[in-house]
Amino acid sequence: MSEEVERAAAEAFRRHWGQIVATLIGATGDWDLAEECAQDAFELALANWRRDGVPNSPGAWLTTTARNRATDRLRRRSVAAAKLRQVAVMARGEPGPAELAEEMFDGDDASRSGVQDDRLRLIFTCCHPALALDARVALTLRTLAGLGTPEIARAFLVPEPTMAQRLVRAKRKIRNAGIPYRVPPAPLLPERTQAVLGVLYLLFNEGYAATGGAELIRASLTAEAIRLARLLVRLMSGESEVVGLLALMLLHDARGAARLDDAGDLVPLEEQDRARWDTRQIAEGVRLLEAALRRGRPGPYQVQAAIAACHATAADAADTDWEQIALLYERLTGLVPSPVVELNRAVAVAMAHGPQAGLDLVESLEASGALPGYHLLPATRADLLRRLHRCDEAAAAYRQALELVTTDSERRFLLRRLAALTLGG
Amino acid sequence: MLIICDDESAPLGPAEIARLPGHIDWIEHMERSGVVLLGGERLRSSDDATSVRTRDGEVLISDGPFMETKEQIGGFALIECADLDAAVEAASRHPFAAHGVIEIRPVWQE
Repeated sequence: MSEEVERAAAEAFRRHWGQIVATLIGATGDWDLAEECAQDAFELALANWRRDGVPNSPGAWLTTTARNRATDRLRRRSVAAAKLRQVAVMARGEPGPAELAEEMFDGDDASRSGVQDDRLRLIFTCCHPALALDARVALTLRTLAGLGTPEIARAFLVPEPTMAQRLVRAKRKIRNAGIPYRVPPAPLLPERTQAVLGVLYLLFNEGYAATGGAELIRASLTAEAIRLARLLVRLMSGESEVVGLLALMLLHDARGAARLDDAGDLVPLEEQDRARWDTRQIAEGVRLLEAALRRGRPGPYQVQAAIAACHATAADAADTDWEQIALLYERLTGLVPSPVVELNRAVAVAMAHGPQAGLDLVESLEASGALPGYHLLPATRADLLRRLHRCDEAAAAYRQALELVTTDSERRFLLRRLAALTLGG
Repeated sequence: MLIICDDESAPLGPAEIARLPGHIDWIEHMERSGVVLLGGERLRSSDDATSVRTRDGEVLISDGPFMETKEQIGGFALIECADLDAAVEAASRHPFAAHGVIEIRPVWQE
């Protein structure tokens, strides 16, 4: 029984925390009060549900309890009657169901412009460009995902007091600088949505790129990023880039189980066991991507998702449509020019048109002085030289990459390649 | 408070600034969008700045601004508006935002 209650409370926390905090902030404008009352409600839930059983609608129970706590506290502080009234009439509506994908493109643009969801306001407020990027991420995790300060600190490898300070400072800035609690008006929306998407993708990558000790915590970051992206898709269903980002995350995450071997080392895409890829998630990602692309406004996230889809839907590595991927990278270079994208394009071109074509692109990238100290540049050159059987030059490039690499698993990968090269002659 | 910072090498006087078409547009835009301009002044260049501090009862005076950088505070405008987004909007339309920097600082209110 107790176990069942704890499971229900954990599930309710995951689903309703952001909604409750957002609604309370909306009503009171007080971030600390909102968080404290939400916290109280979840603590009361554990005790009450153990005694009385889990209510039929945990979300409504929690919202009502949190609202009552807020009323009590405001009354004790004897603040303005207007705030009290607002809390008293605060929506007690049960947040929507988790089956978001089905509703994906429901509702036309007219009804969407009327969206006044508190969580959407909260996402945009947490991701306001007047806040430092790390503060945006931390605040989003705290208020929308309900992660505690110690968890966030661990995820970003900073001491807990540092993270606590960062959160306090961000909330103070929102109050003192007058950062509005709202979805920005239409002219600001595209730019602000970019900031929100950037934070969610950063969150995802933070979880996705990590290996080793912090793995568990980091995996939860990936899951949170996907959950928040689903929420955003539901709230802004007409924005094709939002859908593109969700598709991109799903397609990457679907390969998660095959990305590391038993020793925790990275397995390159072409060597991954495709039977371990999550086919249902791939199908969902592809379906979302196609729906987004039909809107005819392909942005960088949709193009990246299209690249991920090319990989995820290839029956085996040899079957990969590299020509299509090279074209997509060219498209991406046009949308968001960057040397990292150019490097990826070189890899795709090498696969589509032979290693020499790729090497030409890598060498012109090197000649431009881009990406100094970035180990993947010499590592890519090494790989292309290896495939051109220019072994001595390849070995030199591997050694150059080894001097720059920072993670152990990538270092082991490069060392294996170097050893194979020198052994194989 | 909009603190207007710019490279001082080609300083314009207040009368010249007031005649800049961009400046006239700026003021008109604020009036239209409900931002209230409470006041503002053009400052003399940082060459004419004097910095004062007292340490152990001793008054230390030095020639020049608090910080030696290329961009210096050249003036200020005090505005009243709804929130940070409105202040950013006003600052982004200030003609000096195109080459200098405008720092927005809320006035302390309890």
